[in-house]
Amino acid sequence: MEADDEIYANGGDDSSRKPIISGEQLDIEAYAGLYTGRTKIVRLLFIADHTDNTTMQLEALRMAYDEIKKGENTQLFREVVQKIDGRLGPKYSMDSRWCDTVDRRAEQRKERLENELNAYKTNLIKESIRMGFNDFGDFYYAHGLLGDAFKSYVKTRDYCTTSKHIIYMCMSAILVSIEMGQFTHVTSYVGKAEQTPEALEPVSVSKLRCAAGLAHLESKKYKLAARKFLEVGPELGNSYNEVIASQDVATYGGLCALASLDRSELKAKVIDNVNFRNFLELVPEVRELIHDFYSSRYASCLDYLENLKANLLLDIHLHDHVEVLYDQIRCKALIQYTHPFLSVDLRMMANAFKTTVAGLEKELEALITDNQIQARIDSHNKILYARHADQRNATFQRVLQTGSEFERDVRAMLLRANLIKHEYNLRSRKH
Amino acid sequence: MNTVESLVTQIQGLSGNSSDLSALHNYLKQAEESLRSELSRLLPFLHQLDPSVHSLGYLYILEACTSSPVWGDQRDMIVSTTARFITFCAAEQIRMAPDLFINVCKRFKEQVMLLEAPIRGVAPLLAATRKVQLNSEHLTPLHPDFLQLCLLAKCYKAGISILEDDIFEVDQPRDFFLYCYYGGTICIGQKRFQKALELLHNVVTAPMSTINAIAVEAYKKYVLVSLIQYGQFSTSLPKYTSSAAQRNLKNFCQPYIELAMSYSSGKISELESFVQTNREKFESDKNLGLVKQVVSSMYKRNIQRLTQTYLTLSLQDIANTVQLSSSKEAEMHVLQMIQDGQIHATINQKDGMVRFLEDPEQYKTCEMIERIDSSIQRILSSVELSLKIINYHKEKPFRCYIWAKYN
Repeated sequence: MEADDEIYANGGDDSSRKPIISGEQLDIEAYAGLYTGRTKIVRLLFIADHTDNTTMQLEALRMAYDEIKKGENTQLFREVVQKIDGRLGPKYSMDSRWCDTVDRRAEQRKERLENELNAYKTNLIKESIRMGFNDFGDFYYAHGLLGDAFKSYVKTRDYCTTSKHIIYMCMSAILVSIEMGQFTHVTSYVGKAEQTPEALEPVSVSKLRCAAGLAHLESKKYKLAARKFLEVGPELGNSYNEVIASQDVATYGGLCALASLDRSELKAKVIDNVNFRNFLELVPEVRELIHDFYSSRYASCLDYLENLKANLLLDIHLHDHVEVLYDQIRCKALIQYTHPFLSVDLRMMANAFKTTVAGLEKELEALITDNQIQARIDSHNKILYARHADQRNATFQRVLQTGSEFERDVRAMLLRANLIKHEYNLRSRKH
Repeated sequence: MNTVESLVTQIQGLSGNSSDLSALHNYLKQAEESLRSELSRLLPFLHQLDPSVHSLGYLYILEACTSSPVWGDQRDMIVSTTARFITFCAAEQIRMAPDLFINVCKRFKEQVMLLEAPIRGVAPLLAATRKVQLNSEHLTPLHPDFLQLCLLAKCYKAGISILEDDIFEVDQPRDFFLYCYYGGTICIGQKRFQKALELLHNVVTAPMSTINAIAVEAYKKYVLVSLIQYGQFSTSLPKYTSSAAQRNLKNFCQPYIELAMSYSSGKISELESFVQTNREKFESDKNLGLVKQVVSSMYKRNIQRLTQTYLTLSLQDIANTVQLSSSKEAEMHVLQMIQDGQIHATINQKDGMVRFLEDPEQYKTCEMIERIDSSIQRILSSVELSLKIINYHKEKPFRCYIWAKYN
């Protein structure tokens, strides 16, 4: 009986644990505070586009409006005004005067930059030309012309003289590519940056890992993404806020790791990883759910996940992958739950996973068919029995099968050879 | 007039030993013309000869007799005479004139078909095939005829007896195609799907410069049998398949490819409605029966899948999962499958539960060891066979030919 209780406690409620706090709405102000630059605006707009909550939407739009006003991107400004649609009062309406001034100033600046660049080019001073292109990149980036910005940054490549320059170029290209959602570019420029002969600064290394992690996440290679995020060093701090916050590293890395790494790897690379622990401290929910998962408190782990879900769906990079990652985590939890047992009572397991026995049976059936769990369900007594593959029998079976296949193939081959030979004989007789 | 009589005397006198026989053979060759001029009188003379002793002479006269069309009662008589001759003739004598013998047999088959009594031809043609065959690896022109008769007469077992030989020497590709196609069909009739697949596969992948009707029909059956046997079908043919087949087969067999796709979805209702809408096509191809077997194999496949995941399952649940209408029907399916050895299970009728068991085969019995041993022996002989292939390739002009053609 005691053993039963223990199993039950695996997933059951544990009154000594503190209640889960993060079910509440996303605090947009705090969230936006984590980021700087363009990504802040884009993330706010993303939230505004994807939330059903009107107050939240307006709050996000208001902050985006304020943020844009600080910069020079008139195109984005017009978009936001259109989205606000007068709902935030006259203070947040179309400001054509501002737009015109900014645009005019941009025209002038562009002209000046062009003149400067031409001058540099005639003088053939490499460093100056590089700076010229770089200025152009910055200019385009600030005005939201990402494609042109990317081209300008890439052009500086021919004029790079030190590996520091190359890294600068790569970083700029990566930043713009992430904004554009061109993650293949991200991967290739991360590769270029890492190939520079001189040793990179720790901050750059961390930044590159973040970028690579994002690229892998975007291409659904969760395991690789997890590895990259887990390798990010503590130096990152707030230095990469124009792309990713430390909290994101914890969330992305934690979820990808849960979904893709096996138990020992999880222990070694996540839980015992001092660097990553610092990141996890920033997002206690993720830390808790990883620990819950590792110590097999699945119900609480799934609770945490469920609570986080709404906010994760508002994340610009993660929202597409939330469902897939959650499914994989759940599957892994199911597999891990059944792994040590010879037999499992389905009623207890259903309890641990907060689901019905019938639903659990279906989930297990899918996993068994997929050969992810080696077990069979006793549907009558609602018990899952582990099944140990009989190597000897399987080998015999395979040997016999391979033998007959080989024999058949040889015979068929001989026949075909004979037919070809016949054709050949026929033809040589004709000639 | 004298000639026939003297011929008969010659035959009677010169059927003793081999030197006499070759002299007789020369004599008969010269007399062939004159025999044809006296067709109408020939038949009675056959009674003076003994088919087992005077086989060669008998063959010449019979061949001449059957070379003209026959009608009515005469047909019946010719058939029985020929049947008797084929059964009793001496193999070494008729092998001196194999072409003539094959002519006689082919005409015999036509007559039997015209009489609509294919069963009368089965036994004689089996004997004929064995007599013409130089060794068991040799495909004679009589093989396809014999198999066709077996099919028409539904004597599948007789057909199987000849299919068990491994054929390697082929004179005519067309004979080979027909042999494999008819053979495959016979195996399907006997539900020996593995062997059927092998034969049909041979047709589909055989070297051919243009696509032919036999290959198309074989491919259709190949698709269906693959589904019954393995529950899946891959449309990609192995790379040694001729390009003519690779390009064209699928276009000719569209409904069958679609059937296979529908099968892979695992949904029985979808499959059934597809079969219903394409019923006429399958029927006109005479494959409807096989298609029905495909449908019922899906139930089996789904039940088999359950055995992998469940230890016990109620009949009602089985019926629900595999979309059978009642638990009673599910019970019948499970019972049938247990009987056929496709699953290992016990049914508990009291509470309507099925208990799936593991494969009881432990690979420890004497029979199993013997089976493994024979498999090893066969593989060794296969290795010897594959050396044969290598030897072909050593013949230089042949190698050049293959190189030029297939690269």
